[in-house]
This record gives sequence, structure tokens and C-alpha cells, in this order.
Amino acid sequence: MSEHHHKETFVTKYIFSQDHKMISKQFLVTGMFMGIIGVFMSMLFRMQIAWPEESFSLIEAFLGPHQTDGVMNPDMYLALVTIHGTIMVFFVLTAGLSGTFSNLLIPLQIGARDMASGFLNMVSYWLFFISSVIMVISLFVEAGPASAGWTIYPPLSALPQAIPGSGAGMTLWLVAMAIFIASSLIGSLNYIVTIFNLRTKGMKMTRLPLTMWAFFITAIIGVVSFPVLLSAALLLIFDRSFGTSFYLSDIFISGEVLHYQGGSPVLFEHLFWFLGHPEVYIVLLPALGITSEIISTHSRKPIFGYRAMIMSIMAIAFLSTIVWGHHMFISGMNPFLGSVFTFTTLLIAIPSAVKAFNYITTLWKGNLQLNPAMLFSIGLVSTFVTGGLTGLVLGDSALDIAIHDTYFVVAHFHLVMGVSAIFGMYAGIYHWFPKMYGRMMNKTMGYWHFWISIICAYGVFWPMHFIGLAGLPRRYYSNTAFPMFDDLADVNVVITIFALIGGAGQLIFLANFFISIYRGKKATQNPWNSNTIEWTTPVEHVHGNWPGKIPEVHRWAYDYSKRVDPNDDDSDYLHGQDFVLQTTPLLDGEEPS
Amino acid sequence: MLALFYIFIGVAIGVSVWQITRILNFRGVIANDEDNAKQGKNAIYFMVFLYAIMIYCLIALNVLMLPESASIEGEHDDRLFNITFWLIGIVQFIMQFLIFFFTFKYRGNKNNKAKFYADSHKLELIWTVTPAIVLVGLIGYGLWQWNNVMDLSDDDAIVIEVYSQQFRWDARYAGEDNALGRGNVNYIKGINTMGVDMNDKNALDDKQVTELYLPKGKKIHFQFRSQDVLHSAYMPHFRAQMNCVPGMVTEFGFTPKYTTEEMRQQSEVIAKTKGINKIRNAKGEDPYEFDYLLLCNKICGASHYSMQMKITVVEQEEYDKWIAQQPTLASVIK
Repeated sequence: MSEHHHKETFVTKYIFSQDHKMISKQFLVTGMFMGIIGVFMSMLFRMQIAWPEESFSLIEAFLGPHQTDGVMNPDMYLALVTIHGTIMVFFVLTAGLSGTFSNLLIPLQIGARDMASGFLNMVSYWLFFISSVIMVISLFVEAGPASAGWTIYPPLSALPQAIPGSGAGMTLWLVAMAIFIASSLIGSLNYIVTIFNLRTKGMKMTRLPLTMWAFFITAIIGVVSFPVLLSAALLLIFDRSFGTSFYLSDIFISGEVLHYQGGSPVLFEHLFWFLGHPEVYIVLLPALGITSEIISTHSRKPIFGYRAMIMSIMAIAFLSTIVWGHHMFISGMNPFLGSVFTFTTLLIAIPSAVKAFNYITTLWKGNLQLNPAMLFSIGLVSTFVTGGLTGLVLGDSALDIAIHDTYFVVAHFHLVMGVSAIFGMYAGIYHWFPKMYGRMMNKTMGYWHFWISIICAYGVFWPMHFIGLAGLPRRYYSNTAFPMFDDLADVNVVITIFALIGGAGQLIFLANFFISIYRGKKATQNPWNSNTIEWTTPVEHVHGNWPGKIPEVHRWAYDYSKRVDPNDDDSDYLHGQDFVLQTTPLLDGEEPS
Repeated sequence: MLALFYIFIGVAIGVSVWQITRILNFRGVIANDEDNAKQGKNAIYFMVFLYAIMIYCLIALNVLMLPESASIEGEHDDRLFNITFWLIGIVQFIMQFLIFFFTFKYRGNKNNKAKFYADSHKLELIWTVTPAIVLVGLIGYGLWQWNNVMDLSDDDAIVIEVYSQQFRWDARYAGEDNALGRGNVNYIKGINTMGVDMNDKNALDDKQVTELYLPKGKKIHFQFRSQDVLHSAYMPHFRAQMNCVPGMVTEFGFTPKYTTEEMRQQSEVIAKTKGINKIRNAKGEDPYEFDYLLLCNKICGASHYSMQMKITVVEQEEYDKWIAQQPTLASVIK
């Protein structure tokens, strides 16, 4: 590639950039902006749950016509939980996480000048940007934004008579999501093609860092499942605007019978969850990939069971596409299907357990460099285990019927995919910040950020399991209509206080992030003494990543603390240091690991 | 409470500002041995915190939990839940210990060397096979119980339709013939709010009510309908839940095990009721008495959070008396 020959203007460098490094920063900052909105919303509705009749000037200031004397309206409560879910799952943890790190790392870790198609990559970001703008605009629609839950089950999402948010707010939601899916698909195709075709010499698939494997498999799941959500959304648009009856049938509302005949909401549920469940892994696998890389690097040890990790990623990916029905045990589908989905769902515990054990074994007898990135990775393993284990309860159809859609579910999925994926994202940011901005983030603030985050994560979600087991349904505007839940009020106050502290604690991260961009200590070329080849590029970004030839790869990414005699822990380090870059050729007689 | 919130925000901003000022003369970016030692210790402190809240919640919040299953089918749910819960509880305690103890134990130090240990087929095999074996048991029991719960083949079961709309529940008993008359939204008119086809002779002896009365020890076969959006009939005390889907009829069944009166005498229920009434007294609200409830558990609109129906379980004789007093549809809808 002929870099440096064309002149870069401000617009081509910072706005319509085709450089994957710039695009990744664009994804990150947009994702962070959306994340601030999503987290702020959760704080508002947590306040409503804890203090249902209390008046807050904060709510008065932000919710405008959707509140009465500082108390939010029920419709607005539902809108907030809907948009919080949508933003966090799609805009932050799909685009913000995959978009950022797939873009940044794929070319750098496989040894490519850029993505296979820089132009499509740019298109992918700008579609995401437009989608974000539309989603934000939908918050200001007069009747309020979409309020049918992030799962937008029809008929509620199809009928403005049923809930005001299903008017213009829902239309904008669907348009935003359709564009979002296009962005995601373009991005995923690009990632797949790039990893398949642009690996540097010597970078066999079996030498790819686990981040690459995770991003690669994630992109494949995305390509398989996102189109199904698109079709679900399109059919819903048809039902809403053109009078078709894909999902609607026999409806009597506002005193009249509607014309819909023969459709079924269960069809929508199948289509939605065919994406919805793999989506969990689209969110989680990149975080697990990042964690694998970081735990290995900062433990100064090879990741334990590299091949088993790849196998488990593949197994999870495969199983994730055949378990969607566990969200629908009580939807009215045939009970036999419930049996099948219980079986496949519980099987996912096996590869997940393998991953967790492998992480722990990697820590064992390591020389752990407890940087903020490492702590967030360890935190991920902790929340992944906690949240994953309760999956054994929910995946079992016989148990699910008793606690489906209660706060037990909310606690489960927030820990296993929400907190875990966010922790993975933070770990990635702390670890690769020097690669993105050429500077380092402050570690003390990183430590504060981590401990506040994990304490509050458990403070919020551990007690939440119990109010779920007490039978409290999710998405209740207030629990005051049921005296049987009166004794849960105190627990809800505690949860909300933890949530508020945890939310406020993220300000430490924001401050650290933005100050470090300008004032952080200048990074060295390979600050973490890492093996992967992104650390062989210069600190200052150049178009095409490497100024000269792309380096050749001679070994896998995990030769940390390798000894001259691999079986003798007391012998000297190979090359006299505890890491061996992937670009270092094998010594005479050295066994490849 | 508002003051409390502002205090939290204030503290958070204070901490941030304090840290930001520190960054200006404190440019530490990579963990050194001192950091490793400190963070390793923090991992232990955190582990203590985590165990403390895990155990505290298990003990202190136990009184808030639902009482034992009030349906015969739910007994195995409770047992399966207990088995699963103990299992994952033990695994959770061990795994969290390993994670945070290793973080402390193997904290980095200049003089230490990490062990080069990349693979072990034996270990991989152990932690693939062990979960697999445990899962076979869980899946087996779960599927057996699932078939149990979803088995509606009992011909003697009392057929009851539960009908949902924004934002109320109604119910229809099948009457003498134990067969429900056809229903469709097109028949909704005036007091025929459930849209029953009065030309269907099965409909004539149906009885529409606003509260559920169930006889103890008799299998109930529920059929669910909705006239507008998705609702979900959640009966937590009976470990039962089923969506109400417009355009189709869904089904579920269980056998009540205790009457409402018997349930009120149970020690778990007494303890929970006492706790609730302490709170209600302090607020000057009427005392609460235990009742079975049917709640809406699928987001359905503004008043989703208050959509409920009372369920009363009584002895057979009392049920017979009650049902005899209810008017048939034929006598109400002319």
C-alpha cells in the first residue's frame, strides 16, 4: 500500500476517516456517549423503584412532560427501561465493544495494513452514528420513546393505543435498529474477510491471539443472526404501517376490534430471540477474548489451554444459535420444544466452565502484574462465574416457570453479560489505551474505578437475586400495589444506593480517560511487555500501521516466561526476558509451544 | 431522600476532583511491586466483602422468600431448585475463593518467575467431564419435572379460563359440562366482556367471575386468553406462569395443596406477614393478610404494575357452595 502519498485533510483524518485506528476511536467515543445516556437512565428508574412517591428535582429537570411534580409517569418508566436496555445491549456492548476493539486490533494483531475494505469500515461507523442519532432523537418525541421493553414484543409495540411510546417513538426505534443492523453486518463481514485473508506471513489460524478468535467467531454469529432480527423488525414495520398481520390477531382495544387476523406474537418471539440469544455472546465473546489476552499478558504466563479456549468459543457460538427458546418456555409454545431448549441451554455450561477454569489456572503460579486492566479482567471472571451459575436455574424450564421475568432474571443477565462485558471493555480500554492514544491512563484512578465498580456491581445485583426469588416481577413501575412486596422496599433502597454510587464512580473513568488523552504520560512502544505484534508498531500512528515491511510471525502469542528448558522452572528465561515477541524466530532446537 | 442523593453525587464528584488533582503530579501508569502488593491485599478484602454480602443475603433475606410451593406439582420444583441452588452455591464459593485468593497469592514481584504451564489434557478432560456428568443429573430431573408440570391429560380437571386485558383479569368457569364455550374478540359486546360465543351450547353454563376460587386437592386446567397485548399470568405461590397471547389459547395446570387458611397458619408465611405488617404499621397502613395472587408478569402498558387477581383456595365443599352461587352466562347475557 502506498501510504503518505495522498494528502490528509482534517475531514479525511478525523471525520470520514478510513483508517481503522481512527474508526475504532470513533466507535469508542460514540459508544461511551451512548453509555452515559444508558447508565443515567438506569439511575433515574432505580430512584423511582426505591422511592416511588418521592419528588426529585433531577427527574423534574430531565423528564419534562413525562413527570408530574418530580415523579416520573408510568409510561416514562417503561420507556426508560426499554431505552436503557436497547442502548446498553446494542449501542454500548455491541457497537461500542466490538466496533472499538475489532477495528483497532484485527489489523494490528494479524499484521495487516488496514481492514479489507476501509471504505466499508467507514460506512459501518457512519451508519452506527446515524442510528445513534435517530435513537437519541426518539427520546424527544412528544408521546415518548419506545416503551414496550427492549424485546419490543408485539402487539404492545405495534399498537399506539396500547402504550403511547408505540407511536412515533417506536417507529424511530425500528428505523434506528434497522440501520444499526446494517452497520453491524457490514462491520462483521469486514472483520471476517480481513481475518481470513490479510494475515501476515506466518500468522496461521492456530497462532492467532485469542482476541482474534473471539472477534472472528463473534462476527460470524453476528452475520448469522442479525439478519433475522432485521426481518423481524421489517415485518413489524409492515404490521404497524401497512396493515399486515404477521404478528397480530384477534385484538380488541379501545372499544373496537382491529382487522388483524391470523398472525402470532410467538412468531416474533422466535425471530427476536434467534438474534436475542446469540446477541448475548456477541456481547460477551469479545470481552472474553480481551480478557484471555490481558490475563495471560499480565500474569506473565501463557493462557492455559489455548486450543481448549478456541474449542469452547466455537462450542458456545454453535450452541448459542440453538438455545433461543429458553426465553420462551412460558410463551405458549409446545412443551416438547421446551425440553429440547432446556437440554441445549444447559449444555452451554460445559464450555463456559472450561473457560472459567482455564482463566483460574492461568492465574495459578503466575507473576500477576495487577494493573487496572488485569483487575477488570479478574473482575470479569468473577462476575461471569456468579452470573453464569444462576443460568443453571433459569435454563431449566421446570424452574424457569416459577421465576421467569422476575428480578432474578435481571440479576442473572446483568452479571453474566452486562457487568462482565463492561468489565471486559474497560479492561481493553486500560490495556490498549497506549495503542490508541500514545499515552497511558493513570493507574490510581483506575484502581479506584475498579473497586468502586465491582463493589457496586455486587451490591446491586447480588441482593437482586433474592427479591426475584420473592416473586417480584421486573418492569414494575412501583411495587406499592402489592402489600406482599412491602418488605422488599428496603432491599430496593440499598440496591439503588449502590447503583447511584456505582454510576457516579464511572465519572472517575471518564475523567481519567479524557485527561489522559491530553495529559497522560507518553507511552513506550510495548508498555506491558506483550508478545502480540500490535506492540511492534510505532507509538505515533502511521497510515498502514508499520512504516516498513509488515513483520513476519514465527510463534504463537503466549510465550510468556518461557524457559530455556521448558520443563525446568529454575532455568533462565528464553532470550533473557519473560516475554518473546511473536516476531522472534524460534531458536535452534526450541520446541514451539 | 433527595438530600441523600445529592450527598452521594457530592461525594462522587469530590472523589473525582481529588483524584484529578492528584494526577497532575502523580503520573504512575504501570503497576510496580508496591501496587501489586496493595491490590493483592485489596483482592482479599474484597473477597471478605463478597462472602459477607453473599452470606448475609442468604440468611437475612431468607424471610422474604416465597413460602413452600402451594401446588402439588411445585413440590418437585422446590426440590430441584434446592438441589441446583446448593450445587451452584458451593461452586460459587469455591470459584470466587480461587479467583481472589490467587490474585493475592500470586501477586507480582520482581524476584518471582511465573510458571510456564500452557496445557494439560488431563485437567481439561476433568473439567469438561465433571460438569457434563453433573448436568446429566440436572437435565434429567428437570426434564422429568417439566413433563410432569406440563401434563394436562387429567380428564377430571376443572377447566377455568383466565382472561386478560389492559389492565384487569377475569376468569370463566366451564360449568356443569366442564367445557368452555368458544370465545373470540368479535363477540365482545356490552356485558359480554370476554367475547363468549353465546350460540355455542357449551357457553350457556359458563360462569364469569372476577376472582378465582379453587378447591384444594383438585387438578385445575387453566386456559389463558388475551384480548389486546401479551400478558403473563404469574402465580408465584403455585410455581406457575403462562403467557396470555392474543389470537391463541395457552394452557397450564396445577393442583392446589393448601387452602388459603392453611397457608396463613404456616410458620414461613406468619414470619413474612409479621415483617410486612411492621412496615405497614409504621406507615399507618392497613394490616396485610396473606392471599394467593395472580400477577401480570409481561410488560403490558402503564398500569402493568398493578394488574392482579386474588386467588382463594378452599375445601371442596366450600368450593361447591361458592360455584353454585355464581350465575351462568345464559342467565346474565340474554
